[in-house]
Amino acid sequence: MFLRPRTASSFRAFLRAYSSAPSPHALVFLEHRQGVIDSASLSALTAAQQLGGEVTGLVVGAPEHLPGVVQQAKKLKGVTSLLHSTSAQYSEPTAETLSLLLEKILSESSPFTHVVSAHTASAKSLLPRVAARLDLPAVSDITSLEHDSAANSTTFTRPIYAGNAIATVRAPSSIRIKFFTVRSTAFSAAPSTETEAEDKAIDPVEVNDPPTEHLKTLLTKSDRPDLGVASRVVSGGRALKNAETFESTLYPLADVLGAAVGASRAAVDAGYADNSLQVGQTGKVVAPELYMAFGISGAIQHLAGMKDSKLIVAVNKDPDAPIFQVADVGLVADLFEVVPEMVKKLKE
Amino acid sequence: MRPSAVRLLNILVPVKRAVDYAVKIRVNPQQTGIDLNVKHSMNPFDEIAVEEAVRLRERLKDAVKSIKVVTIGPPKASEVLRTALAMGADSAIHVELPESSPAPEPLGVAQALRAIIQREKESADVDLVIMGKQAIDDDAGQTGQMLAGLLGWGQATFASKVDVDTGAKTAVVMREIDGGSEEIRCKLPLVVTTDLRLNEPRYASLPNIMKAKKKTIEKLTAADLSVDFTPRLETLKVTEPPTRVGGGKVESVDELVAKLKEAGFTAV
Repeated sequence: MFLRPRTASSFRAFLRAYSSAPSPHALVFLEHRQGVIDSASLSALTAAQQLGGEVTGLVVGAPEHLPGVVQQAKKLKGVTSLLHSTSAQYSEPTAETLSLLLEKILSESSPFTHVVSAHTASAKSLLPRVAARLDLPAVSDITSLEHDSAANSTTFTRPIYAGNAIATVRAPSSIRIKFFTVRSTAFSAAPSTETEAEDKAIDPVEVNDPPTEHLKTLLTKSDRPDLGVASRVVSGGRALKNAETFESTLYPLADVLGAAVGASRAAVDAGYADNSLQVGQTGKVVAPELYMAFGISGAIQHLAGMKDSKLIVAVNKDPDAPIFQVADVGLVADLFEVVPEMVKKLKE
Repeated sequence: MRPSAVRLLNILVPVKRAVDYAVKIRVNPQQTGIDLNVKHSMNPFDEIAVEEAVRLRERLKDAVKSIKVVTIGPPKASEVLRTALAMGADSAIHVELPESSPAPEPLGVAQALRAIIQREKESADVDLVIMGKQAIDDDAGQTGQMLAGLLGWGQATFASKVDVDTGAKTAVVMREIDGGSEEIRCKLPLVVTTDLRLNEPRYASLPNIMKAKKKTIEKLTAADLSVDFTPRLETLKVTEPPTRVGGGKVESVDELVAKLKEAGFTAV
């Protein structure tokens, strides 16, 4: 093969591969809530595997949750080894505390070439902080990636301008560790396997007198599927009038379909639905099999959060509503008549 | 030890000039970016940050000593500083970049903000940085966290409520998180990033717009701050997302339900 003519650039790449380029080794921050690993983290794990190298998982937590999480994490497909650390301070970990642990793990002698997490509220708070402390940039909310081992560069695509443009960015070899967060709807969740990866405990970095202190968490309780991962979503907008009609109209349909409930910003701002249900550029990005939009006009910011759904159904009184431009099935009608009829007919 | 006087708060609010949120953006034919010959305005999250700073002063009165806004960008970015001054900020810093230079990355911006905070130290320590949780152009959502990391300060991201206790030098912040919200107590100095729900920004009144013209905007350059804004990541191209073609409309609920069943969506 050495006799084959090659271009200067591929020869350079070859040399570099031969001399120094490390094979990729990703550190994936696996999040869990009350001992159950987040499905968004499972998608981040799938993305990390696409780098084509080793994948080390990292889990942290309070002593009462961690052993169970370690057991789950060790069995995840693609995890070649697992680091874990436990401390009472990791029960409700803050970015300020966790960043010190990550800095320790990512010290100069560490083998890691990439740091990966889901694009969740907690990881969005943590990863940029760590990256900056290591004088490294970060790439947010990626939807695809490709690693060039020879050049030691990774190329990502990510949506910008509320998903109205797609940027292709390359993290070159000069970036020692490439930090990125993963849009979970763009990657399938890594499954569990029977085999177990090796695990290793890391001492926590206890912080005396941390700058922030967790006081309380208020979670929105719901028996419905989680909005971020539901395969079906029923969503409502300003046309739902108030919180009572929002619930009484949409919830029966969501229950019939086994769907999660979402809302436009207008509906959230008006107090019809909880903040955590907001779909859009500044809320959740969802890509379910079925997305049903009731009384949602389809502003750019809302479309940013749902236009990758497989089947979009829109019901709106206004035939010119922009939502109809993306809907696979549209119906111009009064949602207050349509929804009960749908519930009835779906039950038949 | 002599008793120290109650420290007054100095607030720094970084703002960004971005393509207006209502503009339907277009990718340029060279695929290097988007057509920027469109209406620009202050990043909506930054308007919320300015509003919060002004409201803090309204709540805490004299405890807020100064509200300074800062932007890093081309000459035209000073427009958003004028807007912030008209909303109630006292003074402004414009780190002016050449018109043709690429947009700085969050890390570069965070480094510049750190340099500004260190520079401000000579006259007054910054106690609180309030900034948007993300810019609606690059949608990165990193700068606040990076700044807090570089300074070694606490951070309160995605804030929906901020209560500052000037005596104790702490803030209790409600944060939007996945699945709900959480409350944290943070020591000052602190970096807060704003969620949309934090407040409803005011419109600047005409008298305030006139007054804002008299407020000072200090001009700095990257060299003044010894910051290199050269992007570390290479943008290879910017493309249109795949267009989605609407499938047309149906006439009745029967047809709608039939389509759903056809696609395999039945009652569970």
